[in-house]
Amino acid sequence: MNAQAKRRILSTACILSFFVVWELICLAFSIPDIVLPRPTQVIATLVTRFPAIWPHAIQTLYTTLIGFALGIVLGILLGMLIGSSRLAYDVAYPMLVGFSSIPKVAVVPIFVLWFGAGTVPAILTAMIMCIFPIVVNVATGLAATEPELQDVMKTLRATKLEILRNVGLPRTMPYFFASLKVAATLAFVGTVISETVASNRGIGNLMMIASSSFDVPLVFAGLLILAALGIGLYVIFSLVEGRVTGWAIRSENFASGG
Amino acid sequence: MDQTVKQMSRVDNVIDLERVRVTFGQGDKQVTALAETSLRIDKGEFVALVGPSGCGKSTILKLVAGTLSATQGNAFVAGREIDASAARVGMAFQNPTLLPWLNIRDNVMLPLKIVPPFKSAFGRKRHNEYRDRVEASLAQVGLGGFGDKFPWQLSGGMQQRASLCRALIHEPNLLLLDEPFGALDQFTREELWEIMQNLWIEKRPTVILVTHDLKEAAYLATRICVMQARPGRIVQDSIVPFARPRTVEMSYEPDFVALTQRLRERIVAARSVKELVS
Repeated sequence: MNAQAKRRILSTACILSFFVVWELICLAFSIPDIVLPRPTQVIATLVTRFPAIWPHAIQTLYTTLIGFALGIVLGILLGMLIGSSRLAYDVAYPMLVGFSSIPKVAVVPIFVLWFGAGTVPAILTAMIMCIFPIVVNVATGLAATEPELQDVMKTLRATKLEILRNVGLPRTMPYFFASLKVAATLAFVGTVISETVASNRGIGNLMMIASSSFDVPLVFAGLLILAALGIGLYVIFSLVEGRVTGWAIRSENFASGG
Repeated sequence: MDQTVKQMSRVDNVIDLERVRVTFGQGDKQVTALAETSLRIDKGEFVALVGPSGCGKSTILKLVAGTLSATQGNAFVAGREIDASAARVGMAFQNPTLLPWLNIRDNVMLPLKIVPPFKSAFGRKRHNEYRDRVEASLAQVGLGGFGDKFPWQLSGGMQQRASLCRALIHEPNLLLLDEPFGALDQFTREELWEIMQNLWIEKRPTVILVTHDLKEAAYLATRICVMQARPGRIVQDSIVPFARPRTVEMSYEPDFVALTQRLRERIVAARSVKELVS
């Protein structure tokens, strides 16, 4: 416990010192805030302009969450298909790799053309950003299922669905959650890209407008909000992961709790 | 007429392998795991398959388990093609193969979730009747109170015992044992032999045991099939005459020693033939 507390204090101190050094460098070289605002300036902006910022933050969060949820559903379905069928694997893998190599910023205008500017293209961009890691990991997890464990089910004359539910999917969970942590942050990137290009709401739009009027502290405030939202989502999934897949990391908490 | 007689006899023979052959690979790389083999096992028999590695012991077991299909020939369990078999199969493997995300209790309970008729009542009984049943089974192999533990928290021997419980929990009428005692220390092994023998005497399931241990085969089985490698086949099929219940002490008596000695010589002979050929 003592060692754990020490570890926490040390890591927090290191993170804080990053911002302190940033602050000091700006002061020492008297860097103007139009180039690089100091952390204190960013926080001050965040506090004073909060009423203007928060509707945008809510918009970005809500758009991202919807896109992320769609990405999870579609990603699991596609991953299950690819992981359990040879043909689907051969067909879908090259297409997926090709598709995910396309810069998403190039896709946004197409979505705008189809659905008009605003929330829908942002949701779709978030979705396609986060779908790739989920599909790959779910498919890998299913493919990595030990044949011995499947044999246990087969000797019991289990159906394919029973094998999938009792062995395939639980076995895939650690891979799935690993992908969710990556996908959650990617979903934010997707939303912000779309908001920057074509929307009049959201943090992306806010930063776009702020930078065009050289309001650099506000741009950085937007970045800070995005970082905070990303960390928040990451933490939530880490906690869920610990509960669901503690067996994979042999956590003692999991053993006593589960 | 002849056909009907054949059909009848199939029902009596709980396991009937008719000139089955198993090969892996294609063309030059083709390997014969099991040469044309016929084997009939009656209901309630305890058959041990012994022989050197690569002689097709596990192949026969996989055929019967339905995880492998014959390249040629027919395999029947209880008069039906293996895939459609109505036999209730329990299997214990060389490794414990417990599901790492389930605790020991849920692992042992797994067959009750999958196998009819237990599965229809699983939702209703999992917290009381089935749970008690699992606890009783665990207690029998010395794992009482370990139900809440996860597989990795148990030693290899304890995991293996839990996997035996899993193989037995749904009262299978066909029990397939693929060297399940191989990785255990001698005392645990002898303890589990006794448990296995008592269970067989009480419930009379049909058992096929694959083993390297001749003493184990002679202790447990009613019948021992000696197998030979390259290609895998059965070269000797003999009855074990000793009275039951057998004890570990009996395994030091002259008759018993003579039997294991003969088996040993037969296997050694089979091995040297193989070496001459290759």
